[in-house]
Amino acid sequence: MGILLEQLLIQTVNGVVTGMILALVASGLTLIFGIMDVVNFAHGELFMLGAYVGVLTLAATGSFWLALLAATVAIALLGALIYVTTLRPLLGRDPLTTILATFGISLILQNYALWQFGPVARKITEPITGHFTLFYLDYPWYRVVIALISAALIGALWLFLKFGKWGIWIRATMQDRVMAQAMGIPVPWVLTAVFAIGAGMAGASGVLFGPLTAVDHSMGVDWILKVFIVVVVGGMGNLAGSIVAAIFISLLEAYASLWVSPAQAVIVSFVVLILTLLFRPTGLFATATR
Amino acid sequence: MSRRPTLVYWIGFAVVLALLIAAPLVLPEFWRRLVTEILIWGLLAMSSDLLIGYTGMVSFGHSVFFGLGMYGAAAALLTASPPNLWLALLYGLFGAAAAAGFVAYFSTRLRDIYFAITTLIFSQIFYVIILTWTAVTGGENGLTFDRPQFAIPGLFHLRFTPTTLHWFVLAAVAGSYLILRRITQSPFGMVLQSIRENEARTRAIGYPVERYKIVAVMLSGLFAGLAGVLYALQNEFAAPDFVFFLVSGETVIYNVVGGIGTLVGPIVGAAFFLLLREGLSRFFTEFYLIPVGLIFVAMVIFMPQGLLGFMRRWLNQ
Repeated sequence: MGILLEQLLIQTVNGVVTGMILALVASGLTLIFGIMDVVNFAHGELFMLGAYVGVLTLAATGSFWLALLAATVAIALLGALIYVTTLRPLLGRDPLTTILATFGISLILQNYALWQFGPVARKITEPITGHFTLFYLDYPWYRVVIALISAALIGALWLFLKFGKWGIWIRATMQDRVMAQAMGIPVPWVLTAVFAIGAGMAGASGVLFGPLTAVDHSMGVDWILKVFIVVVVGGMGNLAGSIVAAIFISLLEAYASLWVSPAQAVIVSFVVLILTLLFRPTGLFATATR
Repeated sequence: MSRRPTLVYWIGFAVVLALLIAAPLVLPEFWRRLVTEILIWGLLAMSSDLLIGYTGMVSFGHSVFFGLGMYGAAAALLTASPPNLWLALLYGLFGAAAAAGFVAYFSTRLRDIYFAITTLIFSQIFYVIILTWTAVTGGENGLTFDRPQFAIPGLFHLRFTPTTLHWFVLAAVAGSYLILRRITQSPFGMVLQSIRENEARTRAIGYPVERYKIVAVMLSGLFAGLAGVLYALQNEFAAPDFVFFLVSGETVIYNVVGGIGTLVGPIVGAAFFLLLREGLSRFFTEFYLIPVGLIFVAMVIFMPQGLLGFMRRWLNQ
């Protein structure tokens, strides 16, 4: 019984840690969706490319924190580029076309990564190697640090949206695009900035998550599905909802992996999704009606 | 709707059909195989067009129906001895329709992008189940089996040659095309199109929109399952890769490239892409998806009607 309780606590820590990273990726996606009705299928690929930029910068400079910064900036710029070249022409068309366009982009980016970096997985070394004792386990400090950094980034995003000048512009654009335009807000730039911010967050989470896994061209695919589940369960476009849902689902998966293999633990999140669709089709934490 | 254009349409249909019948007799081995594959993928894309083009629901779950058709056929061919073609068809279609009913029950509660994302997640659910349930599905290795004979009990039976298999596939695809065309022109199909045009108004008139959508998804899944069975017969294996959502994505690509709401368009889109892949893979080897993706994105932006979009009205007469 004692062992089980300890395992439960360890899995709680694990769940919160992965949940925070998931929340970081999901908040970028849900921000992009909530403000411009774009479902970014390429979000997982941005995450993956962020990890690769991290690998390259780390190899060149040896500094993890520089790698984190470089990946955020590089992927944000890439996001802005993607937005201006492919999504801006689709403005005002059916949101479904944005799924199609970003699906095409995800194909391009994923195969570009395969071409450029090859099929061999890369590794990002942890910047913090210390451990502390959590019951019978040596728990790496780095995992805790990731959760804190993710929380800090999400908090910064929230503060920025709440008080920053651009943040207020972004919220105004979210509420009424035409009126915001009429008030002199540079809406096209606001939209580009939103996409860049969302992309940069995905890039940052790629670097943060890199040390926990192997970096390869297909890592984005696993993530995009998880993130979509989180975003649907949390209510699309609902920032707080997707953060709560990310932690909730990660915790459930962590607990489930006590009894079944991690590959099957994923099924738990599918069950959550199905139940959500059955009883609260607009998301567990939805406020606005659709 | 005058009589003359309809006549032209049917003559066009007959000419294309005749060309496809003659194809295996004149084409070399490699190209004959490619034409058969184009027909199978075209059928999958065409089944998806019933949803995308006529009902306005973009499905990223067609790999599930395709895959269940495949595994259904595999189940029939591995358990029954001697392997029976019709049993394989029955199992495959039943599997696909059951999966479609299950997916539809949940996903039709949502609209537009939410429907797309939900079907996408369902394809991942089935993928994980098939991948991890090694005892039944063979896991990552999939299942291999022998091709059954083409037999009508009491009358005759003959072994499939590549040519007769091509004709069998062609018959199935042409038959499905005619049935799907009939469905889209039936009162049922008209309701689907009115859901696409204005769902709220269709509901207000008194049609049970959800029920129509579920039936549409199941019908679509049935034909996707047929494509899966045909693919299983052609290649004599079933693998989890075909349940993965990338196959669904390719299906959507075929639709958009060929022109949605035309039924023929998706087949043309499949042909365009498989030929493009053949052509490009000689220069780009395995990275052909980069130019494919670029062309696809360009088409979404500049040519949302697709290759055959300009003749949509003519094809639907």
